[in-house]
Amino acid sequence: MAKIVAYSGNQAIAEAMRQINPDVCAAYPITPQTELMQQFASFVADGLVDTELVTVESEHSAMSACVGAAAAGGRVMTATSAQGMALMWEIMYCASGLRLPIVMTIVNRALNAPLNIHGDHSDSMGARDSGWIQLYSENAQEAYDNLIQAVRIGEEASVRLPVAVCYDGFIISHSIERMEILEDEQVRGFIGPYRNEFHSLLDVEHPVTYGPVDLQDYYTEHKRQQVEAMENARRIILEVGEEYGRLSGRRYGYFEEYRLEDAEIGMLILNSAAGTAKEVVDDLRARGVRAGLLKLRVFRPFPFRELIQALQGLQVLAVMDRSESFGAMGGPVFNEVRSALLELEGSPLTFNYIYGLGGREPTLSEIERAFSRAQEVLQKGRVEVLHDYLQVRE
Amino acid sequence: MSDTGLKGWKELPIGGLILEPGNSEKYNTGTWRAFRPVVDPDRCTHDLFCWLFCPDGAILVKDGKMVGFDLDHCKGCGICARVCPRKPSAITMVEEVEAKKKEQAG
Repeated sequence: MAKIVAYSGNQAIAEAMRQINPDVCAAYPITPQTELMQQFASFVADGLVDTELVTVESEHSAMSACVGAAAAGGRVMTATSAQGMALMWEIMYCASGLRLPIVMTIVNRALNAPLNIHGDHSDSMGARDSGWIQLYSENAQEAYDNLIQAVRIGEEASVRLPVAVCYDGFIISHSIERMEILEDEQVRGFIGPYRNEFHSLLDVEHPVTYGPVDLQDYYTEHKRQQVEAMENARRIILEVGEEYGRLSGRRYGYFEEYRLEDAEIGMLILNSAAGTAKEVVDDLRARGVRAGLLKLRVFRPFPFRELIQALQGLQVLAVMDRSESFGAMGGPVFNEVRSALLELEGSPLTFNYIYGLGGREPTLSEIERAFSRAQEVLQKGRVEVLHDYLQVRE
Repeated sequence: MSDTGLKGWKELPIGGLILEPGNSEKYNTGTWRAFRPVVDPDRCTHDLFCWLFCPDGAILVKDGKMVGFDLDHCKGCGICARVCPRKPSAITMVEEVEAKKKEQAG
């Protein structure tokens, strides 16, 4: 039976990690992830898990230790934020390139400088080409559910990729919400024991070399394999989401459509601000405006085929980015979505708003302002500003 | 398998893993060489300093005597020529292109 609890996002993830009981966790504290690891460390100290918790001297070492432990055949997890993730950067590519299904929570936080500890997506979005699967979470419940599914998705033999589970720093990590957790046995039954059929460094009967030099003659082939693994992940994410739905009553796909079916104007957003946007959609609907929302859960692999299906009825689409891609034609989510829409005949008029940088709160009225812009575009029949700031002082 | 004789992406172990121990011998790093070591057998004292220092195990030794180089694996770093205690060294580094020309000329 599911248990109803009041947890912060960080507590929810620590609880999921306790239930998953990974073999190894190597981590270094950074705001707003610190509380998560502190809680998990207390589970380790209390003997509630069998995990070897490696307290390393930096995030570069944390990810390196995770890579080593995963290559040795362990089920491995870690967590970080912003600068911490930036310090892992080099080794994140090793984790994906060596095909190690490490599961990492990224508590989204703005990257310095200037110094800011609050939630935006500049950390994980920057790593969108690192070869990690990326799952985004609106609230503590989704963060918890995503983390449990991430284990299954990453470890699947046809995938074997690391998975990042993202949620907004402070807004989700430190806010307490009502949520449901599964029984320990349900989680352990769902993820199953780690089927270590891959080549372990500790298997002395079958010696293996990890990370040899890979030059002009082979590197391309290994990158092509990673592309295939991401392609395979598309199916696995859906299968695991279905199965998790049967277990928990909460089914997961690539994205959530909210009142989108007959909508004229729509918004595409991810993580915590989706909750605010749903409220605005309800309000607009009550006033007779045909507004809808698409909340993206899976950013890597990017579900472009299904997205264009879901967005095809719209006249106007506002794509919301909580990070900047300096010098590009809009934020990272916008670039991908707009590119996908080129495949669609009669594609909606699409524009981009950058919002919520450094944790600036996207209030109901500000989200509503983004919808008002969409209505303007609908009336004029054209987009005048492709890439704009929702919340900036002139 | 492609016409180069190298395996395609569907056939290779994922992650760049090498599952066959000691197979670096099959990788001919000798093709990287710009300079080739050439030993003057009359000056060589067989002290095997070159064998000791060679980072690739490319010095061939038979019955305790230095007998030449494994040119499939020698990368041409020149360490052997440098560590040879004879002055001047019993090993000289010659341009690979020149060495090849000489070989072809017989």
